[in-house]
Amino acid sequence: MQVALPIGKARHPAVAWTGIVLVAVALAALPFVLAGIGTAWVRITNLAILYCFLALGLNIVVGFAGLLDLGYIAFYGVGAYTYALLASPHFGLHLPFWVILPIGALIACIFGVLLGAPTLKLRGDYLAIVTLGFGEIVRIFLNNLSRPFNLTNGAQGIVLIDPFRIDGYVFGKSHTLGSLVFSPPINYYYFLLIVLVAVIALNFRLQDSRVGRAWEAIREDEIAARAMGINTRNMKLLAFAMGASFGGIAGGMFSAMQAFISPESFVLVESIMVLSMVVLGGMGNVFGVIVGALLLSFVPEILRYTVGPVQQSLFGRTLIDPEVIRMLLFGLALVLMMLFRPAGILPSAVRKRELEAGVAPGGVRTS
Amino acid sequence: MTAADGRPLLLDAQGITKRFGGVHALADVAFQIRHGEIYGLIGPNGAGKTTLFNVLTGIYAPDAGRFVFDGRPMAGLTPNEVAARGIARTFQNIRLFANLSALENVMIGRHVRTHAGVFGAIFRDRRTREEERAIEKHAYELLAFVGVHRRANDLARHLAYGDQRRLEIARALATEPRLLALDEPAAGMNATEKASLRALLEQIRATGITILLIEHDMKLVMSVCDRVLVLDYGRKIAEGPAAAVQRDEKVIAAYLGGGVELTVARTA
Repeated sequence: MQVALPIGKARHPAVAWTGIVLVAVALAALPFVLAGIGTAWVRITNLAILYCFLALGLNIVVGFAGLLDLGYIAFYGVGAYTYALLASPHFGLHLPFWVILPIGALIACIFGVLLGAPTLKLRGDYLAIVTLGFGEIVRIFLNNLSRPFNLTNGAQGIVLIDPFRIDGYVFGKSHTLGSLVFSPPINYYYFLLIVLVAVIALNFRLQDSRVGRAWEAIREDEIAARAMGINTRNMKLLAFAMGASFGGIAGGMFSAMQAFISPESFVLVESIMVLSMVVLGGMGNVFGVIVGALLLSFVPEILRYTVGPVQQSLFGRTLIDPEVIRMLLFGLALVLMMLFRPAGILPSAVRKRELEAGVAPGGVRTS
Repeated sequence: MTAADGRPLLLDAQGITKRFGGVHALADVAFQIRHGEIYGLIGPNGAGKTTLFNVLTGIYAPDAGRFVFDGRPMAGLTPNEVAARGIARTFQNIRLFANLSALENVMIGRHVRTHAGVFGAIFRDRRTREEERAIEKHAYELLAFVGVHRRANDLARHLAYGDQRRLEIARALATEPRLLALDEPAAGMNATEKASLRALLEQIRATGITILLIEHDMKLVMSVCDRVLVLDYGRKIAEGPAAAVQRDEKVIAAYLGGGVELTVARTA
């Protein structure tokens, strides 16, 4: 009896391991290469990884369970504010990050259930409208909870948020090891990378499990799923809760990295951006979602630095302000993507077909 | 609880009524299904057969009446609770999980009889791994039982129509039902497929599962069903052994339109 594994089932283990080692070395060296170009690029990479978390979290809700959520950034905000309030001079609390991140995940999880419970009977467009409203409600609360009791400090946001600290190693300061300089963004980069690997593994394991199959059943046909004995209410709440806690953790890390947060970081456009990453990459496909997140994080930044010089060399002067044209090009790229690859860059079914090369139980090989 | 002839009852339905606005989709329908029989449910289009399925499986709540399944009343149960109690169904217009493989479809049917949660999924402890292996093995065996194991890794939507019907039966069997409710399983099948479906129904019955069968194909119904319930305009118009029901005047009238046709049918 052989059971197909979702990942790591290479035909030649030696080749697979060599590949993994090479990728690991490349990822470990990456921040120093980027730092050579400019520290800004390390920060951009860190934000891109955070978007990977968000997209993977939203992928559980949208990709696996098929619940269209347009207010996902609210959970990011909840996680960010949880960290900010528990590790800043605002309340004078300075809890360590490994205590706060789980708390943030838990609170985001509760918010996820709060959003999920009233929307259980809704699907598609209707669910999208309600979740959109939820996202806005959270943002407006963050903006206004400065009176009567100053919880969130309103639009001014929260400043001087503690960086991560492991024993004496403060992430917010530069450290040197021989000739290598570990600047704050590089410190966070490694932390984010480790968490990202864990989150990816978690996503794969969830997908290839009894729970993941139940989510996919709900996505495919809710009535049939119920008739097969799946408690759709609990499974949908679970999807909302799991997705939200991913967002909560990402928010906590964002808070620490930026050292400053305000409600402006958690606007509707951000929700749409994360949803675009999921859809563009290929809903339900973990690697696709990561590709989508990386593309949508990096492309606008690359355009920011290239649109100006390209115009200079083509026309001898800057015809259109780079800030304007870069979002135009970005939008155009999205439209073209959806026209030519409507199922995303890496559609879920492709992965399925790859898996099908495996051996079915009972030893029957299928084509 | 036993039927009049002493055989134990599996399902006892009394006074089942369902209204949609002013329409009586089901009016005071009563019937009893015995352990191990194949019980046919027939009637013209719109007679209320599928509505009866939906009420039985918890998709609709009945306006009146009650089901007693295996000695325990079933009131206010949701569809998933009904499945857990041991009633599995298929759908008139096939409702497979189209973008999942045939094997995954059947594995999802095992959901209600297995237990792994989020922690099992994440940590993959030994019990979860063993459960997963058992789910996959059982699902594959069921695919082989209905004869679509060669398509185990194909997406459900890529299967031929007849195979999709069989896959739906395998998925329903995966929930370990005591009563299997099939809604027009032979619809769209050719003669050969119908013959093998009939054999499959007999095989399922041989494993001890009771079958409730909605079907329009009279040849199939008459050859496979022990007893038949006939609905017309939401009312029970006949019940009994297949051969007797076939000769029932009210049944002939319902199918052919009554009046003149009835005489024609009798003389023919």
